[in-house]
Amino acid sequence: MNGAQVEFRGLRRTFGTTVALDGLDLTVAPGELIALLGPSGCGKTTALRCVAGFETPDQGAVLLDGEDITRVPANRRDAGMVFQSYSLFPNLNARDNVAFGMRVRKVPTARRHARAAELLELVGLPSHGDRYPHQLSGGQQQRVALARALALEPRVLLLDEPLSALDAKVRVTLREEIRRLQLSLGITTIFVTHDQEEALSVADHVAVLREGRLEQSGPPAEIYDRPATPFVAEFVGTMNHLPGRLSGDLVEVAGQRLPVHGDRPGTPEVDVLVRPETVLVTPGEDGDALIVTSSFRGASVRLLLRLGDGTEIVADLPGHDAARFALGGRANVRLVERPVLVAARTPAAAAEAVSA
Amino acid sequence: MVETTSTAPAPLPLNKRGRGGGRATTRSAGWTAALPLLVFIGLAFGIPAVALLGGAFTANGTLSTANLTESLQGAYLTAMLSSVKLSALVAVVGAVLGTFLAQAVVTSRFRALREAVLTASGVLANFGGVPLAFAWIATLGNSGVLTTRLGLGDLGWNLYSFWGLVLVYLYFSIPLMVLVIVPALDGLRPQWREAAQNNGATTWQFWRYVGIPVLTPTLLGGVVLLFGGAFAAYATAAAMVGTVVPLVTLQIADALAGNVLIGHENVALALSLDMVVVAGVVMAVYLPLQRRSARWLR
Repeated sequence: MNGAQVEFRGLRRTFGTTVALDGLDLTVAPGELIALLGPSGCGKTTALRCVAGFETPDQGAVLLDGEDITRVPANRRDAGMVFQSYSLFPNLNARDNVAFGMRVRKVPTARRHARAAELLELVGLPSHGDRYPHQLSGGQQQRVALARALALEPRVLLLDEPLSALDAKVRVTLREEIRRLQLSLGITTIFVTHDQEEALSVADHVAVLREGRLEQSGPPAEIYDRPATPFVAEFVGTMNHLPGRLSGDLVEVAGQRLPVHGDRPGTPEVDVLVRPETVLVTPGEDGDALIVTSSFRGASVRLLLRLGDGTEIVADLPGHDAARFALGGRANVRLVERPVLVAARTPAAAAEAVSA
Repeated sequence: MVETTSTAPAPLPLNKRGRGGGRATTRSAGWTAALPLLVFIGLAFGIPAVALLGGAFTANGTLSTANLTESLQGAYLTAMLSSVKLSALVAVVGAVLGTFLAQAVVTSRFRALREAVLTASGVLANFGGVPLAFAWIATLGNSGVLTTRLGLGDLGWNLYSFWGLVLVYLYFSIPLMVLVIVPALDGLRPQWREAAQNNGATTWQFWRYVGIPVLTPTLLGGVVLLFGGAFAAYATAAAMVGTVVPLVTLQIADALAGNVLIGHENVALALSLDMVVVAGVVMAVYLPLQRRSARWLR
């Protein structure tokens, strides 16, 4: 199986008055796994469906290895798709579901059964060929759907939130398996998700979409560490909004002066965007911050602290430190010395960050 | 996220005897609740069935198969065959047309149309008996509005015939099929069609390998329902065709009323027993088919 290059060129699609895609430009390199990430309604699924042929863009084109496939009917495209859930044919057992495409192409029964068995083995269900979809768990159903999508050896694999209907543990296992399979097959894969953790953990590239446009595209670490816009910063991971004041190339925030990275708004009064894990907290009776809430998450502990001026700040610390920070206790807060992103001032945003 | 929260109070230890007693109470309460239904079934179904069986096998006061033999000969046999033919035709044609109509409604973008068709189907599926017959007679009978206005009589149109009955029976059978099949059509997920397309299938191949097999249990059920409805219908046919078209239900009525020959009440019961047997045969064909077509559901 060889991966193909997929190119979205100025893709625009509207549904009535809703603009789902508003000039999307994006190139997916051969063999890479790209995650299309964004809130619901950002156009990520529409973009994927344009590649599958279930949507026709109003403007723009989808190119597969340089060839314009925008008008090619869905049943003649070289792309296998895994849907969100319940997409297996209920009247066919797992083997026949996987072999469906070959049956349509009139592949002899023996050969298509052999190939289906091979694929079921590949997705870890070698002995489930005779089961009907309702006899399989959600995770198993998605594995069969994955095998079905790969059966015709497509050049592109399309995953439309394939894990969103599964429980947390299965979700993590399956996403790792999808990644392993994708790497071993070298198939170009477009993975639509609204779960930023999922996107960051499996993708070579993450493309963040907003209102039908590409907001930022880059490797996961770059998206997380150097978000190009406040929207990306906000959407990917948790973010503190701290009141700050610009002075020259620096911004004054929580009693510190930090360098600014990226665009700066016209006004000197800004929100400074700070990740919870770049907030350093040390216990101290004379500390200026009050520990308001503490939620233990196993590997980490998330504290909400109130500074002397009333500003609230969220901090993530290693879980084993949890015992050192009692509720109602006091602590010292410092920010890691590194460039920060600033945005126009929005009132009372810190509290939202806590609930995220 | 794992949050440390206080745990709920531990459940009280269960008293085993108390629990067992509770179950027994539930069981007897269940039977008590079902009693009115059981009494009704006994009165409305059990007693008539026993009377029917007894009468059918009694001739001149003794146990005999003479009534049954007579019920399967001559005019009675013709009527039975005619009834089966009419019902089978109405069932199959009604099921096919009803399914297409339902699919058109289900895939329509106009929700108001869908609601209107479903409401109309609910009404028309229960439109039967003498009023239905007169509605048709007034419209398409020998001096019906449309017959005279369009000059259908000159073209050989005759409502009071086998095909006239087929038409009138379809009038309530198609809406009934719509009501039966719409939920099944709604249950066909769009993802299945898209997944089929994604695997290279044409629309026809989707229907052949997925759509129709998924609908088959419901389609079969619909055909049987329509067959039963047409087979047992009486008043419409009686008001419309009288004895012009021989039907088993009309023969039963005649035999009971002594219109043609007196003392044939027990032949009427034998004819009814024949109908029960026909219904049994239909079920004997239907159930294995149903089981086979729905094996993916088990």
